[in-house]
Amino acid sequence: MDLIRLNNITKTYDLGEVQVPVLKGVSLAVGRGELVALMGASGSGKSTLMNILGCLDRATSGEYWLDGQDISELDTDQRAHVRNHKIGFVFQSFNLLARTTALENVIMPLTYAEKSIPDREQKRRGREILERVGLKDRMGHYPSQLSGGQQQRVAIARSLINNPPLLFADEPTGNLDSKTSEEVLQMFQSLNNDGITIILVTHSAEVGAWSKRAITMKDGLVESGAFAHSLHAPNLKAVVEAERSELGIVL
Amino acid sequence: MRSIRTFTTAVRALRRNVMRAVLTTLGIVIGIGSVIAMMEIGTGSSNAMQKTVASMGANNLMVFPGQARAAGVSAGQGSSVSLTPADCEAIRQECPSVQAVAPVVWGRTQLVADGKNWVPNSMSGTTPEYLDVRQWPLAEGQNFTDRDVRNRATVCLIGQTLQRELFDGHSAVGKEMRVNNITFRVVGVLATKGANMMGQDQDDVLIAPWTTIKFRVSGSGYSQSNQSVTTVTASGTNSISNLYPSVVWSTYPTKPSLQSLDSPMPVRFANINQIVLAAWNADQIQPAIEQVTSLLRDRHHLRPDEPNDFDVRNLAEFMKVLGSTTALMTNLLLCVAAISLIVGGVGIMNIMLVSVTERTREIGLRMAVGARGADILRQFLTESVVLCLMGGALGILLGSGTSWIVSATLGWPTASSPGAIVAAVAVSATVGIVFGYYPAWKASRLDPIEALRYE
Repeated sequence: MDLIRLNNITKTYDLGEVQVPVLKGVSLAVGRGELVALMGASGSGKSTLMNILGCLDRATSGEYWLDGQDISELDTDQRAHVRNHKIGFVFQSFNLLARTTALENVIMPLTYAEKSIPDREQKRRGREILERVGLKDRMGHYPSQLSGGQQQRVAIARSLINNPPLLFADEPTGNLDSKTSEEVLQMFQSLNNDGITIILVTHSAEVGAWSKRAITMKDGLVESGAFAHSLHAPNLKAVVEAERSELGIVL
Repeated sequence: MRSIRTFTTAVRALRRNVMRAVLTTLGIVIGIGSVIAMMEIGTGSSNAMQKTVASMGANNLMVFPGQARAAGVSAGQGSSVSLTPADCEAIRQECPSVQAVAPVVWGRTQLVADGKNWVPNSMSGTTPEYLDVRQWPLAEGQNFTDRDVRNRATVCLIGQTLQRELFDGHSAVGKEMRVNNITFRVVGVLATKGANMMGQDQDDVLIAPWTTIKFRVSGSGYSQSNQSVTTVTASGTNSISNLYPSVVWSTYPTKPSLQSLDSPMPVRFANINQIVLAAWNADQIQPAIEQVTSLLRDRHHLRPDEPNDFDVRNLAEFMKVLGSTTALMTNLLLCVAAISLIVGGVGIMNIMLVSVTERTREIGLRMAVGARGADILRQFLTESVVLCLMGGALGILLGSGTSWIVSATLGWPTASSPGAIVAAVAVSATVGIVFGYYPAWKASRLDPIEALRYE
């Protein structure tokens, strides 16, 4: 079964008098363990799609299945819960809490976990993950004391704290130089090798090249790469069926 | 667990901008501080005032004999002869609300000393406890004793006016004066009390054992005290009618003893004019009235349908004054507190709104990693409550400090008031919740996408 499956998702912004359709029926699937790039020029609906995929926003119509759960019908609090334990976010501008240590930043999402976790256990998990991203000796540092690459690694550690099956990276290298970009992308690569599904949202072809598949958006529709074997078949349903059976074999 | 984390998060957020947090709480600090200071100073002065009013007799009750009524004709208040020293003793022993009690008999006669004479406004025969009831300290000398009362000793206390008029203001302690041709020794001089509410000079007074006044000065000997009608006379001031001191002319010839035996008079014990008593405090006055009433009804063998043969009176006017002053003070404090706390609260609200705007991205991030609106609401609410509680704590310190300084430098009476401190904590928490709610609610309603994009 796929981790993500979108079926004819539309999103229309209601600006009072005008209705602005941003997504005009997007269907796609992402299997477990994939490293996918979501690409497209600005205005292509890429960000809106990412917001919907990341459960930050609701689609106007269509179905969204994440990890076997129907997301499209969830209310705000339920979506918050899904974000907390199924999705990790990495942002372009890191979004770390200032004057808060790397460790505290990493374990922050645990505050909002459904079941409260003892303080000691939280710290243990935080340390473990910071070690995994190679910041063992930077745990007590504040974001202002860390380089851009280190900050982004703290952000990655934070996104991993709840062991989510899915990781969103929104232009993760946008604020980094090419060398640190490579390090960060390598980290995504290795995380992907560990079995985490990663969606890289980017407009840069260089970053897109790290992925095994690129989903390209254009004018509110998926231009290419919606399914594992990027096919543009007129009979979408048949393709979906084919994909499903094929992915089943792959998995 | 979660609440501790919310608390530490709030503290950390506040620590990011210590100066601003301190300035924000200044309103609360001043508000709570002024309330505490005024409360402590107010309680102190109110205590002092209560003490003063108590010494004026606010806690005092007076028991008078009731009216004598025969064939529908009333002889007026106090005309019956119903109170005895034994009643007084019973009140002392059986009424828990009564702090002190003393019997009073009145006399009125001329005093002579040092070649001067004077008729005091009030001449009371009583027990040593009378001074406790009236809360009347001695300026000099000492009180007479219970033994003096038993022995009908010719000792007395005099007021400042008497000392001035008879002894030219020199110390009268140990000096002698004649009262109705009996020589009294002055054992103590009372402190100045001034005029009472009716303008009567309370210092124009002589206080002596009641037995002495009743049996020696008023001239009613033991034999007469056993008759059904007692004459309280001020006889003897006229020297012509009193050739032989202490002998009262009787209108009728004395009964021969045989005749007395043939027609026995009902035995009546020495009666007294008044019983004065003091309740422990203003709240105990009502219970004291009830206890005394039921005790005296019982002792006087009154049937349930019979009216009281005595009257219990209190100084209701004083009590009203006392109550209204306290109420006024409390209301004044409440107004001041309310105004300053509203001002402080608006300050808190203002800064919390700024803080929410400033931390929009943080709120967006927290929402993206799974914080629900309720979590955000709780976090900001906690922050403003912590802010207000810190302000309240500082205010309590400030207020207590101020009142301490006031009492140390100006010598005003102050009293710490734990109630005010509890109220201060409760009020500052309430201000935090009330004025922090809107900003927190605003934060919780942010759209995470917008918030994350906010610059």
